[in-house]
Amino acid sequence: MDAKYEAVIGLEVHAQLLTTSKVFCGCSTKFGNEPNTNVCPICLGHPGVLPVLNKKVVEFTTLMGLATNCKINSKSVFARKNYFYPDLPKGYQISQYELPICEHGWIEVTTTDKEKRKIGITRIHMEEDAGKSIHDRGNETLVDVNRCGVPLMEIVSEPELKTAEEAYLYLSKIRQIVRYLGICDGNMEEGSLRCDANISIRLKGDSVLGTKTEIKNMNSFRNVERAINYEIERQIDLVENNERVVQETLLWNADLNEAFSMRSKEEAHDYRYFPDPDLMPVFVDDIWLKNISASLPELPDIKKERFVRQYLLPVYDAEILTQSKPIADYYEKVVSYTDDFKSASNWIMGDVLKILNEEKKEIPNFSISPEFLAELINLIKSGAISGKIAKDIFPEMLAGNISPAAIVKKKNLLQVSDVKVIEKTVDEILSSHPQEVEEYLSGKEKVIGFFIGRIMKQTAGKANPQIANKILHEKLNSLKNN
Amino acid sequence: MISYSNNFDKIEKVRRGELSLRSNLEYFLKKIEAKKNLNAFNFIFNEDVLSIADSVESKIKSGSYGKLAGMVIAVKDVLAIKNKPLTCSSKILQEFRSIYTATVIQKLIDEDAIIIGKTNCDEFAMGSSNENSAFGNVLNPVDESRVPGGSSGGSAVAVAGGLCDASLGTDTGGSIRQPASFCGVFGLKPTYGRVSRFGLTAFASSFDSIGAFTNNVTDVAAILEVISGKDENDSTSSNKDVPAYSKEINNHFSPVVGIPKEYFSEGLSVEVKNAIENFIEQLKENNITVKEISLPNTEYTIAAYYILTTAEASSNLARYDGARYGYRSQDSSTLLQMYNNSRSEALGSEVKRRIMLGTYVLSSGYYDAYYRKAQKARRIIKNDFDEAFTQVDLILTPTSPTVAFKIGEKSSDPLEMYLSDIYTTSANLAGIPGINIPAAKDKDGLPIGIQLLSPQFAELNLLKFSYFIEKNLLNK
Repeated sequence: MDAKYEAVIGLEVHAQLLTTSKVFCGCSTKFGNEPNTNVCPICLGHPGVLPVLNKKVVEFTTLMGLATNCKINSKSVFARKNYFYPDLPKGYQISQYELPICEHGWIEVTTTDKEKRKIGITRIHMEEDAGKSIHDRGNETLVDVNRCGVPLMEIVSEPELKTAEEAYLYLSKIRQIVRYLGICDGNMEEGSLRCDANISIRLKGDSVLGTKTEIKNMNSFRNVERAINYEIERQIDLVENNERVVQETLLWNADLNEAFSMRSKEEAHDYRYFPDPDLMPVFVDDIWLKNISASLPELPDIKKERFVRQYLLPVYDAEILTQSKPIADYYEKVVSYTDDFKSASNWIMGDVLKILNEEKKEIPNFSISPEFLAELINLIKSGAISGKIAKDIFPEMLAGNISPAAIVKKKNLLQVSDVKVIEKTVDEILSSHPQEVEEYLSGKEKVIGFFIGRIMKQTAGKANPQIANKILHEKLNSLKNN
Repeated sequence: MISYSNNFDKIEKVRRGELSLRSNLEYFLKKIEAKKNLNAFNFIFNEDVLSIADSVESKIKSGSYGKLAGMVIAVKDVLAIKNKPLTCSSKILQEFRSIYTATVIQKLIDEDAIIIGKTNCDEFAMGSSNENSAFGNVLNPVDESRVPGGSSGGSAVAVAGGLCDASLGTDTGGSIRQPASFCGVFGLKPTYGRVSRFGLTAFASSFDSIGAFTNNVTDVAAILEVISGKDENDSTSSNKDVPAYSKEINNHFSPVVGIPKEYFSEGLSVEVKNAIENFIEQLKENNITVKEISLPNTEYTIAAYYILTTAEASSNLARYDGARYGYRSQDSSTLLQMYNNSRSEALGSEVKRRIMLGTYVLSSGYYDAYYRKAQKARRIIKNDFDEAFTQVDLILTPTSPTVAFKIGEKSSDPLEMYLSDIYTTSANLAGIPGINIPAAKDKDGLPIGIQLLSPQFAELNLLKFSYFIEKNLLNK
């Protein structure tokens, strides 16, 4: 970005809520069913139908409000957003407008420069999703109404984000929180988390906002960053060339890495919002709110701090382990069976996450139970096996969630810590490799590695490496001194 | 012929074998056919009703039957019945069939009422004369050159013409009470929220009420008792207890009756005025306390009503766009053209007028001046009623400023037409119940109705006093 300018970015995030039924009728929200099968007269918008609010939607949205430091309004009102589109059966979307359920919140993000930034949340409101129009079937447009009435929560940020990176971090934080709360799966590619950005630029120090554009259709985290950067650069180019930024809505094309104009301000809809007369205002009373607050899980930032404090982990480890709640839960189960907190962290951050990543699995589907991972860590810690043996048997554990102790026993892999046994091995190796001994004595200390390798090979990796190392050094040093 | 005074009497006669329900139904079907020129019905369920009549008759004879057993009811064609046409008297729904049943209809069926057909009405319940129907005008049986009133004109005529025992109508600004007045029958609009709207095609959601037309107070009380109550499918329905209206109407109730002076000013025809004043004198003679009251903000009623109802209608009717069901114009090459052509070709001019009005008052930049202000007016008007009901139990007014007018007389002047609802719209703004009582006739025999209004959920008082009037002041 040209250093003269700064960007002003606000995000509107739509999160599909993980309720089993739709927001205003009893239809299933299940994704991937045959088109137009999760439908009833209500979500089809037939004459005479009325919406009835699914209380879970209020509960989930309230949870999000509490998790993002919002004020929960004791009274909120549903409003109709009127526009015509074939996949909007009633000709209006039920949303909230003047009185949303949550307002005036914030979340904190940490930038790569370790700067902590509080990002304001203007409002969070409840609404229904529209259906899906399918345009790529020849001349016809097909409409799938399954998604109509699936509950959404819209989270609107203050225009306080300054860079695409901050927008990315903010969005990641939102996703982390909704996943922690278990209210949205946060999957951008499948559209259960969607993000639109409002972007303008201005000269640094200016207090007046520039003309903003809205960019839509950024269906991955990478695309959010790319699209915002693209739009910032485009606006700077315009201003630098003495052209004006036009208020418009742009659609991001991920294949072309470009945004295209969808409609200008003149074509903008007048949504004619007004309170929906079919729904009563939503009243949130103190007792209900208390119950919801009580069900609020430990949130990522607090969990991270606790991990540092309780398990004496580096901030970096705590950050990675609390990335997702299931990983944090897995870690805490492992350390309930072992007190080697750091090794547990290393194993999870290393081997476990690597394998999950390779196999594209989530941790609840990871085949090694926390108990067995802890057992493995304890075997190393007690000196029963070496770290190398541990790495060797890990794939076997992975294949069938088998107890590492059982594998060690079956394969006779217990570490050899008996000094006499190791001394004998070292003696044999030194006497059968006189040339290497000579090299060592003439100062090439690197051959130590060669000897260690031989010792391990001869003991099938079972020699306690610390003891083997010690004995080898003693023997060689005594040769040197002779 | 009809030889019973109300449905309880009818049940008794069927039970004693003095009346056959099948022949009763045959009688009505024949009469509907004979009076086809009235155009009261959009659809007649002649294939279903005879066998239903047989089974209800055997239920009555077995001693286990519903509260409305054998009552032959016609319903306004804005109410959904599964697998039956639902047109709202509009071309845009001319081929449409419902895939579910309205709560009110289900409640009638569950109490063994017999639904005989669907009645004509103004398109989407918008009108005061039943001249805005894709099925054509409905004629007033008292004088066939006159309108029956609207929008529930077909339902009023079905009862007034003796084509059924009772009918359901809907009332957004007077659409039950005004045609009841024009046709000379009882017509009750309950409190908003008393009766579930689930399955009622919405015109103005915060105004629409479902009610009934009958020839006597006993039947309307019985129907209200059945159709009232909380419905999980309608968030705006009330969970207040439903009294046993039909049993309690003959309990003594001597109300203080208020006469709002604002309802007797210009626009009220002399004949209607005289008839009402006469009626008030009769009340006094029967030791009823009558006092003048004021509803000071009456002048804002029509404006607030038309702003708010058209705003809601513009949104409620957006779904009729030709995309998923209903009429679709055949010659369109773009989506916008399909919308424009379908709606232009298939919606009537009154409906279009109201959609445009409503769209305008909700538009950005106009919302505060119109919609928000009208909401304020609505609150003020409701406060007027709350204040008045601290002084009186019931309010009595003319139902309509005139008797039934000639077909075509007002159809070219929408404003003039809107004024025929001047006394009825306030009850919908305030959400209170009202009833039309066929109190008098003019010199040509045209019915003149009085309207009684009560506080919200005080239908029982309304019905008790109506019953008193029916027994002591009418038919004399």
